Amino acid sequence: MTFTSPSLDYIALMPMIIVFAGAIIGVIVEAFVRGSMRRFVQSLLTPATLLIALFQVIANRDVVTPTAAVNSVIIDGPAHLAQGVILILSLIGLLFILDVDSFAPQAAALPGSEEEKRAIAVGRQQTEVFPLLLFSVAGMMLFTASSDLITLFVALEVLSLPLYLMAGLSRKRRLFSQESALKYFLLGAYSSAFFIFGAAFVYGFAGSVNFSAIREAVVGGYANDVILLIGIVFISVGLLFKVGAVPFHAWTPDVYQGAPTPITGFMAAVTKVAAFVAMLRIFYTVFDGNVWQWQPILTGVAIITMIVGSVVAIAQRDVKRMLAYSSIAHAGFLLTGVIAFNKSGLESTLFYLFVYGVATLGAFGIITLIQDSQGEVTDLNRWAGLGKRSPVIASLFTLFLLSFAGIPLTSGFIGKFSIFSAAYEGGVTSVVIVGVLTSAIAAFFYIRVVVLMFFQDPSDSTVSVTLPTLRSSIGVWSAAIVTVALGVLPTSTLSFITDLAIFAR
Amino acid sequence: MSMITVLGLLPLVGVLALTFLKRDNVLAAKQVALATSVLVALAGIFMAVQFESDRPGFQFTESREWIPAFGINYSVGVDGISLLLILLAVILVPIVILAGWDESEGGRWSAKTFYILILVLETMMIGVFAATDVFLFYVFFEAMLIPVYFLIGGYGTGERIAAAVKFLLYSLFGGLLMLASIIGLYVLSGDQIGRTFDITKLSQLQMSSTTENLLFLGFFIAFAIKAPLWPVHTWLPDAARSATPGTSVLLLGVLDKVGTFGMIRYCLEIFPNASKTFTPLIITLAVISIIYGAFLAIGQKEILRLIAFTSISHFGFIVMGIFAMTSQGHSGANLYMINHGFSTAALFLISGWMIKRRGSGTIADFGGLQRVTPVLAWSFFIAGLSGLALPGLSSFVSEFLVLVGTYTRYPVAAVIGTLGIILAALYILIPVQRALHGPTTPGNENLPDMNLREKIAIAPVMVAIIALGFYPKPALDVINPVAKATITKAGFTDPAPTIKEGGER
Repeated sequence: MTFTSPSLDYIALMPMIIVFAGAIIGVIVEAFVRGSMRRFVQSLLTPATLLIALFQVIANRDVVTPTAAVNSVIIDGPAHLAQGVILILSLIGLLFILDVDSFAPQAAALPGSEEEKRAIAVGRQQTEVFPLLLFSVAGMMLFTASSDLITLFVALEVLSLPLYLMAGLSRKRRLFSQESALKYFLLGAYSSAFFIFGAAFVYGFAGSVNFSAIREAVVGGYANDVILLIGIVFISVGLLFKVGAVPFHAWTPDVYQGAPTPITGFMAAVTKVAAFVAMLRIFYTVFDGNVWQWQPILTGVAIITMIVGSVVAIAQRDVKRMLAYSSIAHAGFLLTGVIAFNKSGLESTLFYLFVYGVATLGAFGIITLIQDSQGEVTDLNRWAGLGKRSPVIASLFTLFLLSFAGIPLTSGFIGKFSIFSAAYEGGVTSVVIVGVLTSAIAAFFYIRVVVLMFFQDPSDSTVSVTLPTLRSSIGVWSAAIVTVALGVLPTSTLSFITDLAIFAR
Repeated sequence: MSMITVLGLLPLVGVLALTFLKRDNVLAAKQVALATSVLVALAGIFMAVQFESDRPGFQFTESREWIPAFGINYSVGVDGISLLLILLAVILVPIVILAGWDESEGGRWSAKTFYILILVLETMMIGVFAATDVFLFYVFFEAMLIPVYFLIGGYGTGERIAAAVKFLLYSLFGGLLMLASIIGLYVLSGDQIGRTFDITKLSQLQMSSTTENLLFLGFFIAFAIKAPLWPVHTWLPDAARSATPGTSVLLLGVLDKVGTFGMIRYCLEIFPNASKTFTPLIITLAVISIIYGAFLAIGQKEILRLIAFTSISHFGFIVMGIFAMTSQGHSGANLYMINHGFSTAALFLISGWMIKRRGSGTIADFGGLQRVTPVLAWSFFIAGLSGLALPGLSSFVSEFLVLVGTYTRYPVAAVIGTLGIILAALYILIPVQRALHGPTTPGNENLPDMNLREKIAIAPVMVAIIALGFYPKPALDVINPVAKATITKAGFTDPAPTIKEGGER
């Protein structure tokens, strides 16, 4: 056996390298920069890292190499698109993370302890969130570009571990936040175990963890199909957990509610991109030989996800929980794009991920602004009459809700149209019909929030809208502009996606 | 740029002007809105004069690429039917603004917002009738709901919020079913003739009968909810009672016509075979609507609900005329849409004035109005007579044509439908007797009669009712060629009296 030294295509890997490097520098900053200066340094370093990486992705857009890092990383159009979307969404999300004091003064201190009081007294705020965010982003970028199961697993852990931590960093209601982080961590660990278990089965089937080798084995079909199927199912469990599809959704409402709101927005928007693109890559380029096996399973999951997400959302009285269930329903809609199993499915899923992510960030960004003396107000009853007090904020929130509901002239409508037509084209009419019917159910709870905000009188005067700072304003308004622009004139974005969305093998 | 585009943009110019007005400058807002809508009406009439009724196909056409990735175009154009409906819309808007001069005040938001909503709605009404691209039609069809929702919920009376939500959810549900069908058409067109939404191209699609039936149902249910047909009518009476009279006029007079218009334009043209298959069922539903609406109208205690139920009965006639598949039935149905628009407008506006004067919508609270407010009473009487299709008033011609046209193919339905005319006499004459005649109910002695503004507002409607009753030829000249063409395209010929019905089956 000869040993060849690994060849790395540094240009193709550059965006990920930049983000990893930024994250590591961020850790060094935490260690060596004075406490009072850390926040300032991080608030420059983090967006700069993301921006440079984004420019590098744009510069790299024509690079296609299936062997960017030996056989472990594949750089192609969908990877560029996904990485670009992840970076753009992270930048918008970062605006909210930078903005309000959502994070615990000292995460290691017990809630209510003397240590914590001291930390509050000196005005500290945990700034580790920034390098954590960068690590998570880097992991997500790698997740969309992995081309073997081990790299995929490593990327999954790199993106997940910072998320578990960040979920527990809330400044207000700290116990609640820590509880949600623990839940997320335990269930996430289980799902990772499932994933690696499935990877082992697939390895047993194909004799390799490399995507193209697995694909050959699947197409050749010379091994035991049952083992392959078990492998596919367990790998799917790991991925479906990350997107919050039913029946692996149980963590979503608790974690969304407990995590600091800017982090919730980040999780809802960006994690979905990474997980879905990885899912698309696996199902479209690795297991495409036995589509007849996984398609019915995913169809079942998609249908039940859409139904549970939209029906249970009706009963929610907390805006973050409601959006959590709405995100579950959207995971179901996004799954229809995977099930479609055609090029339109890939294109429409990418488009949907982007527009859903933008609207989600905008919506969670607005939630950070609705406050009383105790902090954010997420009880929907107390949102009553918001339209009277701050019509602009309420109108923007309505816009995002209308986009979630898929009303024409918002980006959500174009997304829904394209993803459902891809599924119809792929011959899975059942998901289209269920999708359309659940959209009607979902419309109900979105409209109910609109009614609350605009048609009901304020129930208590303690709730107020904090004036958005410049950063939050930029975040919310850019999300709103993208939502309208891609609803009215989506052409250039769509054709951009169409040109790039071709998986290399 | 086609004249239709100009016509559609004109109200938006008014919207722009309104946004610059100060919130408390109510009078200026009213004047701007009225001036804009009168200008639009004049432009509409100018367009109608130039229309050549004997030329087949669409006129004033314009087509631009909108979202080429999906084959979506901005395509507009009018045939005789859509021209008349647009004309109806642009004539009714200034009348509604003038008649409900004070409707904009005392709502949840400023008068300015009220008129912005009305004018935006006008643009959408023009667009929905002018669109010759199914996707564009759908966009207007759905987006139209938003201004109406806010008009009912923000400016109505009583249970206005519940009514607005009910209206919106019903319509969204239908709209989403239609979306599923549109996606189906889109995919089929992609397989056969290249992705398109062009109505004339879509009518050449080949479909299996199951596909055609399902897609047809998606469209039909959406339109049946809109035009309300029994059993999906329940949102209408609530909406009509809660909305301001002006909103009700636009809702029942124009918006609901989108339903019947859609049946002609989309159901018959794209799905001729499915239309044939479902005709017996639809005719049955139409007959039930006629009788059911009439009976419930007789039982109503509130004027506005009564008018809503009479409309359900009238929509039954229109749908029966459409699906009788004879050119007479079609001409009658089309003319009925216009006539119903005017007579409902008159009924709603006059009842609105009566209710405003009396402070109550219950029929029993009125009485002897004929002596106290003769002009008002007589106007109501004439409008009512038009509603019951008295010869010499507009509805008579259309109702007669519908019944004759239906009789040649479905004699039983026509005979039962004729009972509706008798019931109509009851449901109109009972309230006329209770409200206008008899002794003056205590408290009504000092009600003021119609003022000059109200007289000016109602005059054009009265003229239209009487003119179209005596001399419907100009309208029929425009309608007849289209009606014939639709019937022929759907593969029907008028049954000659000697040939047995349904021989081909």
